[in-house]
Amino acid sequence: MESLSLTVNGKPVSAEVEGRTLLVQLLRETLGMTGTHVGCDTSQCGACLVHVNGDVVKACTMFAFEADGAEVTTIEGMADGDDLHPIQEAFRTHHGLQCGFCTPGMIMSAAALLKENPKPTEAEIRHHLEGNICRCTGYHNIVRAILAASGQPVPERTATATADA
Amino acid sequence: MTVAKPLPHDSAALHVTGQARYVDDLPLPEGAVHLAFGTAPVAHGRLRSIDLTKVRAADGVLAVITAADLDHEIDVSPSPSPEPLLAGDTVQYVGQPVFLVIAESHLLARRAAALADYDIEELPAILSIEEAMEAGSRFEEGPRIYTRGDAAEAITTAPHSLTGSIEIGGQEHFYLEGQAAAALPQEAGDMLVYSSSQHPTEIQHKVAHALHLPMHAVRCEVRRMGGGFGGKESQGNSLAIACALAARLTGRPATMRYDRDDDMTITGKRHDFRIDYRVGFNGEGRIAGIEFLQLCRCGWSMDLSLPVADRAMLHADNAYFIPNMRVESHRLKTNTQSATAFRGFGGPQGMVGIERVLDHVAHAVRRDPLDVRRANYYRPLAGASGGDISEQAKTQTTHYHMPVEDFILHEMTERLVETSDYRARRAAVAEWNARNDVLKKGIALTPVKFGISFTLTHLNQAGALVHVYQDGSIHMNHGGTEMGQGLFQKVAQVAASRFGIGIERVKITATDTGKVPNTSATAASSGSDLNGMAVQAACDTIRERLAVFVAERAQARPEEVRFEGGKVLVGGEALSFDEVVRDAYMARVSLSSTGFYATPKIVWDRIKGEGRPFFYFAYGVAVTEVAIDTLTGENRILRTDILHDCGASLNPALDIGQIEGGYVQGAGWLTTEELVWDGKGRLRTHAPSTYKIPACSDRPDILNVALWDGANREETVYRSKAVGEPPLMLGISALMALSDAVASCGKAYPDLDAPATAEQVLRAVERVCT
Ligand code: FES
Ligand code: FES
Repeated sequence: MESLSLTVNGKPVSAEVEGRTLLVQLLRETLGMTGTHVGCDTSQCGACLVHVNGDVVKACTMFAFEADGAEVTTIEGMADGDDLHPIQEAFRTHHGLQCGFCTPGMIMSAAALLKENPKPTEAEIRHHLEGNICRCTGYHNIVRAILAASGQPVPERTATATADA
Repeated sequence: MTVAKPLPHDSAALHVTGQARYVDDLPLPEGAVHLAFGTAPVAHGRLRSIDLTKVRAADGVLAVITAADLDHEIDVSPSPSPEPLLAGDTVQYVGQPVFLVIAESHLLARRAAALADYDIEELPAILSIEEAMEAGSRFEEGPRIYTRGDAAEAITTAPHSLTGSIEIGGQEHFYLEGQAAAALPQEAGDMLVYSSSQHPTEIQHKVAHALHLPMHAVRCEVRRMGGGFGGKESQGNSLAIACALAARLTGRPATMRYDRDDDMTITGKRHDFRIDYRVGFNGEGRIAGIEFLQLCRCGWSMDLSLPVADRAMLHADNAYFIPNMRVESHRLKTNTQSATAFRGFGGPQGMVGIERVLDHVAHAVRRDPLDVRRANYYRPLAGASGGDISEQAKTQTTHYHMPVEDFILHEMTERLVETSDYRARRAAVAEWNARNDVLKKGIALTPVKFGISFTLTHLNQAGALVHVYQDGSIHMNHGGTEMGQGLFQKVAQVAASRFGIGIERVKITATDTGKVPNTSATAASSGSDLNGMAVQAACDTIRERLAVFVAERAQARPEEVRFEGGKVLVGGEALSFDEVVRDAYMARVSLSSTGFYATPKIVWDRIKGEGRPFFYFAYGVAVTEVAIDTLTGENRILRTDILHDCGASLNPALDIGQIEGGYVQGAGWLTTEELVWDGKGRLRTHAPSTYKIPACSDRPDILNVALWDGANREETVYRSKAVGEPPLMLGISALMALSDAVASCGKAYPDLDAPATAEQVLRAVERVCT
C-alpha cells in the first residue's frame, strides 16, 4: 500500500492504494466517482478520459500514484453547481448522446480540444475525437454539439418531420 | 402536445454530468464479492480433469465453483434447447465458461481465473459453414424451406439466368458498457438482481430456476444499459445467474462485469452467413424467380438462432416482388461463440442477399441498378397512382404469403433521387471514373422494407403501470428497457400527452419485474410500439375515471371532457389538472392503473412459412457515394443521403439519432468490422485494437437525413413506426456503392464479400481488372 494525495475537481483527497491501482480504479472504487467509465480496459475507447494537470489522460492506463500531487478533473467537476458547462449543455440540447456511456469521455475530450483550439473546424473535431468510440450515435450529433459549444453555427438539419416539432 | 416534440433523451442531464448510473456504478453494501469465469482454452474437447489448486490458493479467492459443484444443471439458454452455465464433460468453444471464481475484487477474480490447469482430450472442431454442412452439424432436423410458385421452373424458362454466392461476416456488438450484473441477497432467501439486460423477465426466470425459487422470490431491476443492440437480450443471463449463486453461497452481495476482451471472447455476435443464389430474369432485369440457399453459422448453442434464421428468410425479398421464390435455410452448429441477436436479427443478412442479387442482375443487363431495383419493387398501393380496380392494382404478397399493404417505397425513392441529386451525381461518378485510373468512385441507392413484430407471436404483448399521485405528479413504469434508444422519453411523452400535462410531471422509473410482470425482451424494434400502447391504455383508464368524476360534477358528459395544457376542460370551465386530481383523491377515485397491449392482426406458422408475421413494415432509402483506391483497396464514404419512414414520429430528434447511428453501425458491419478466428477456433479480434469500429473520422463527410412525412396506416401509438433496427440496413448502400466503384475497373462482376475491407476491395479490383 502506498499513500497518495491529489486534488480531484478542486478538492484535496488522500488515499491508501496498492501500487498497481489504476487511476480509474482510484476514482471509481476508492472515491466512488463513477462518472468516469470503463469501456475497453485497454486505452482504446476513451470512455475513461480525465484531465491530469490539464492534459487529457486515459485513466485506465495511468497508475494512481502517477497522479500523486496532481490536479485531476473528471466529468463530475465540469459543471458549476447546477450550471452545466457549455459543452455539457450542448451535448444535452444537440442530442450528442444516446446510451450516454461514452459521453463523459467525449465531453472531457472536447474540453481539451476547445482549450487548445477554441474554434475548431468540423474536420479538426473529427480528427481530435478519433480516440473516443461511440457505438450509438454515429458521431454526427456529437460533432454538432461541439460546434455549438464553441459558439460556431451548427449546420442545419435537412430533416423534415411530420409534426410541428 | 408533448408527443412529436424533439425533446432530449430523458437522462441527458445525468449523462453529461456523469451522474447516470449503470450496473457497475451502483453503490453496493459493504463486503461485495466479485466474480470471473475460467474459460475453455480449446474449441472442442473432452474435459478429463481440471486442477484448480492454484486458482483456489490465489490471493483473495473465496470460492471456486465447477459444474460438478452445482446441485442441478443450470440452464442459461433463452431457447428450449438447454445451455449449461458451466461446461460439464465437454467444452464446445474457446471461451466457454468452465468454472466460476468468487473473490474479493474484480482484478483478483480475473487473475485467479487464468491459473487453472486443464486436462482436455481435444476433439475435431467444426468451425466453418462448409465444415458444418459436410458434417451435417445443425440445429433442427433439416433445412427450413419457404416457397412461393416454382422457382426452378421460372429460372429455367427465363431469358437469362445467373448464379452467385456471397459471404457475410458477423459483427461484434461492442455495446460500450460491457456485460454486467449484481445480486443482493434479501430476507427469506429472496434475491434482488441488477442486470444490464434487455430482458429483465428472463433474468428473473433464469435466476429463479437456478436457485429453485418461484419467480415471485426474484426481482430484477434495469434502469439503463450502456448500449445493447441485441447483445444483451440473452447474453447477460450467465452473469446474473452467477451473481445470484455467489450471493446465495456467500450471503454477500455479488457483482460481475466482463472485461472487454472476455466479453468479446465469451459472448455471441451477429450470425455470419453464406448465401448462394440462382436467379432467372429478362433483358430489362425483371426477375422471374430466385432460389436462395442461406447457410447460417449459429455457433455451439441454439440461443436465438432459429428466429434469427427465420427472419433472414423473411427478408429475402426485401422490397421486391419475386413471383417465384424458394428460400432454403440451414442452421449450422459450430464450435464457436453462440451467435445471438443483433439489431436486425437476421433481417440484414437476408436483405444483403437479395440486394446482392439485384446488383448482380443489373450488372448482367448493363443497367443502372436503381432502375432494375425499381422495376422489381412491389407494386404501388392501389389508388396511389390514380390506379384502377383491375388485376394491376391488387395488393401483392410476399413469398411467405403476407399482403404488402403499405408499400411506400416508390414515392420515397422518387423523393430521395431528387433530393440527393442521384442522376447527376451518377453521371459525375461515371465521368470521374473515365478520367481517373487510381481513385474510382461508386454510388448506390438501396431500399429497406423491414417487418415489425416479434415472429414468435406470443411475445407481442406489453404491460404498464401508471400512478397519479395526489399532487398531480405521475409515476410511469412499463416492461421496456432503456439502452440509449430513447424509449423512456418517447413513452413518457405519450403519458404526458394523454393527460395534457408537461413532461416534467412524469417520472420515468427503472424497469422492474416487481411492477410489470411477464414482459418480452426490448427487441425487434418493438419497444415504443408495445410499451407506448400499454402506457397509453393505463393512462386512458385513469383519464376516463377523472373524466367521469369531473363530468358528473359539472353535469356534462365524460366524452366532452378534455385534457390540455395542464388543464381539464369541462362545460366551458378550465380546472387545473392538479386540482382535479386532488378532488378526485378526496372523492375516493382510484388514481392508479395497469395497462396492457397485444399487437392485433398477426398470425404466423413458422414451419410452413405462411401467415402475417408482421403488423406492418417500416421503410427507408439511402444513397451512398464512396471512393476507393485501386492500388491499396482503401476506401471511404463521401456522402450519404437518407430518407427514412418513422410514421408520425413520436420524437423526431431521437428518431434521427437512431437513423444516423444505425446507418453508421450497418456500414461498419459491411465495410470495416471483421471478425477473424484462427484454425483453432480462437477469436483473434477480441479488442477494438484489432476489430475496427467506425470512428468519428470514418463517418461520411456529408450525411443528410430526412424523415418521411407519412403516418402509419396501422393503428400504432400516435401512428408512429418502430425505428430501432430498420436504419441499420440503410448501410447496405455502402456495400453496393463499393461494388459499383469496383465494377468501374473492368468488365467482370466484382463479387464483393462482406465486410468489404480494404483487402476484399483490392482482391475484387484485381479480379475485375483481369
Ligand atoms: S476504458 Fe480507458 S480507454 Fe477504454
Ligand atoms: S452514446 Fe452510447 S456509446 Fe456513445
